[in-house]
Amino acid sequence: MRRLFLRDLALAFRAGGGGLTGLLFFLAVVAIVPFGIGPDLKLLARIGPSILWIGALLAALLGLDRLFQAEREDGTLDLLLMQETPLVLIVLVKCLAHWAASGLTLALSVPFLGLLLNLDAPAIGATMLTLACGTPALTLIGAGAAAVTVALPRGGLLVSVLVLPLAIPVLIFGVSATQGALEAPASFLPPFLILLALNLLFAVLGPLAAAAALRSLED
Amino acid sequence: MSDTSLTIRRFSDLANPSRFLALSARLLPWLCCLTALLFAVGLFFAVTSAGDYQQGETVRIMYVHVPSAWLAMMIYGVMSVSALGTLVWRHPLADVAARAAMPIGAAFTGLALVTGSLWGKPMWGAWWVWDARLTSFFILFLMYAGLIALNRALEDPARAARLSAILILLGFVNIPIIKFSVDWWNTLHQPASVLRLGGSAIDAEFLRPLLLMAAAFTCLFFCLHLAAMRNEILRRRVAVLRRQSARSAALNGPAA
Amino acid sequence: MPLCLSIEGLAARRGDAPIFRDLSFRVAGAEVLVVTGANGSGKSTLLRIVAGLLRPEAGRVRITGLDEAGDAQADDPQRRREACHYLGHRNGLKAELTVLDNLAFWRALASVESRKAGLPVEAALDAVGLAALAHLPAGVLSAGQSRRAALARLLVAHRPVWLLDEPTAALDAASDAMVAALILAHVRAGGLAVAATHQPLDLPGALRLAMPARPDLLDETQEGAPDDGFWLDARHGTGGAGDRPRRDAR
Repeated sequence: MRRLFLRDLALAFRAGGGGLTGLLFFLAVVAIVPFGIGPDLKLLARIGPSILWIGALLAALLGLDRLFQAEREDGTLDLLLMQETPLVLIVLVKCLAHWAASGLTLALSVPFLGLLLNLDAPAIGATMLTLACGTPALTLIGAGAAAVTVALPRGGLLVSVLVLPLAIPVLIFGVSATQGALEAPASFLPPFLILLALNLLFAVLGPLAAAAALRSLED
Repeated sequence: MSDTSLTIRRFSDLANPSRFLALSARLLPWLCCLTALLFAVGLFFAVTSAGDYQQGETVRIMYVHVPSAWLAMMIYGVMSVSALGTLVWRHPLADVAARAAMPIGAAFTGLALVTGSLWGKPMWGAWWVWDARLTSFFILFLMYAGLIALNRALEDPARAARLSAILILLGFVNIPIIKFSVDWWNTLHQPASVLRLGGSAIDAEFLRPLLLMAAAFTCLFFCLHLAAMRNEILRRRVAVLRRQSARSAALNGPAA
Repeated sequence: MPLCLSIEGLAARRGDAPIFRDLSFRVAGAEVLVVTGANGSGKSTLLRIVAGLLRPEAGRVRITGLDEAGDAQADDPQRRREACHYLGHRNGLKAELTVLDNLAFWRALASVESRKAGLPVEAALDAVGLAALAHLPAGVLSAGQSRRAALARLLVAHRPVWLLDEPTAALDAASDAMVAALILAHVRAGGLAVAATHQPLDLPGALRLAMPARPDLLDETQEGAPDDGFWLDARHGTGGAGDRPRRDAR
C-alpha cells in the first residue's frame, strides 16, 4: 500500500503527470484575478483567501479525470482489480497520493501566491491550513466522478460538471473557516470541524462509489 | 435460496414492461383527469383567495413555487429509490424510472427557481440573491443537469444505469450536507412554515389553495413520470427492433 | 483435492452479438490449455471471464482445490481474481518507471504468501532475460522487451492459475521458447495455465481447445442481446420474459 502511494506520487511528478500542471494552473488562475478586478491591494487582501480557495478547487479538479483513465489505458486497472487488497483501499490510497500531489502542493504554494494577493501572515496561515484540510475531500469526491466517467473518451469536462455541485459544501466551510480565523465576530472552530467531518464522510463514500463504479465497468 | 428467487420472480413479473405498459395505459387517463380536476379547483382557490396584506398579489406565486420546490426534492427521492432498485435488484425498469424522472426533476427545480426569482424581485428588490435556500436549489438543479449529461454521454444503457445509480446515491447523501452548509452560510429565505411542531403558521385562507396545488402538482408529476417511463420503454423497444432488423438483413445477404 | 479449473455451459456476448455459447472444459493442475481460434472468436473474452473481470452471460466458472479451506466459494469471482495471474494485451507497465520499480510494485502489492512463493524481482528479470535492462525506464523498451517484462510480473508473486492472452505477441523465436519454458516450469510445479494464442507455441503435452466460429455467423436461430426479450416481451404472460435475473443457458 505504501508502495502504491509512493508510485502514484512519483508518477504525478514525472513528465506528463498532473502534479506540476495543477500547480501552474493554480498560479495562472490566481494571477488572472488582479487583471479582472483591478490591482486594488486592499480589495485583493480582503478577497484573497476566497480567490485562493476557488483557484485551488479548480486546480484540484484538473487532474482528476486521469486518476483511473491512465491506469485503464495501460492495462494496470485490470491488475488492480485482481488484487487481494480490497479495491476500496486501493482507491483510497490512490486518492491520498493524488491529494499529496495536487491538494497538498497547492496548499504549500499559498505563501508565495498570498504575497501576490497582499495577504498578511495570519491570512496566509489560515488559508494554508484550511486548504490542506479541505482538499482531501475534493479528491475523494472526485474519485467517484472519475470512476464513473473512466470509460468516456472526453470524461474530463464531465468530471468537473459532476464534482462541482458536490464540492460546494467543502468550499463553503473552507472559506468560512478561513474567514472565521481572521475576523473577530465569525468563529473558526465549528466550520473547521465540519470541514474535517466532510473529509471523513467522503473518505468512506468516495472510495465506495468509485470501487462500485470500477467494478461495474465491464460486467 | 428458492424463496428468494421466487420473490424476485414475482417482483419482476409485476414489473415486466408489457404489464407495465398495459397497467399504465389504463391508469394514465384517470390520473390525467384527476390532475386536471385538482388544478381546476386549486387554481380557482388560488385566484379567488385574498391577497396577503404585506405581500399583496405576489403571494399567489407561492401556489406554484412551493409545490414545485417540494416536488423537486421528492423527485430526487424517487430517483434514489430507483437507484437502489437498479443496484440491488438489477432490474431494468428501476433504471427506466430513474432515467425518466431526471428531466422532470430538472424542470420542476427550474420552475421553483424561476418562480422564486419572480417573487424575489418585488419582495427583496433583486432577481437573485445568494441566499441559502436559493443556492441549495441551484445546486440541486446542477446535480440534475450533471446526471442528464452523464446519461447522454454513456451509450450503453446498462452501464449508464449502474453508473448513474451510483451517482444519484452519492448526490442523495450530499443533499442534506448542502442544505446545512448553505443554511450556515447565509440565510434570508423564510424558514419552513407549513409542517412544523405546534401546528401550521399559515392562515387557512392560504393553506387550502397551497395544499390543493401541491396535490395537483404531485399528480402532474406522476402523470408525466408514467408517460416518460412509457416513452423510455418504447424507445428501448425501438432500439431492439432496429438492431434485429439490421441483423436479419445482414443474415439474408446484401440483396435482401 | 487437486487444483482444477472447470467451465460449464459458458456463454458470452459483446454488445448484442453472441461471441460463444455452451462452452465447457476442464483443466487440472499440472496441465496447460492452449486456446486457438480466429480473431474475434472470443479467446480474450474467455480469459477475462475466467479472470473475473467480465461477467459471463450464462454458465459457471469454478476453480477448485485452491487451498485446504474447501471449495464452498469456488464460484466467487473475487476468489478467481485472487487466484489468477492475468496477462492481457496491454502490459500494465508504467512507461515513466524503471522496469525494476514496475515489478517491485506488483511484488509489494501481492499478499505475503504469494510473495514468499514468488521470485525476487532480480531473479524474475533474469528468468526473462532482462536483468541488464532493469534500471531503464519501461518506456524505452521495445515491444518484445515490454512483453517479457510483463511476463516477469507473473514470476514475482505466485498465483496458481496463469491466464495468458497472446503471451508471445511481439516476441522472437528465442523468446517464444523462453515463454514455453516458463509455462512448463509453472505447470510442473503444480500450477495451471491457459494460453490463448494464434501463434504455434511449443508446449509438449498441452491440451488444445479450438474456439468455435462465431455462432451469429453460422446460426440461423440467433437471439439478440440478453435484454432484447425483456424489452420486447413477446411471450407476455408466460413469465418467460419476466425472469431476467435468472436467465438460463442455452
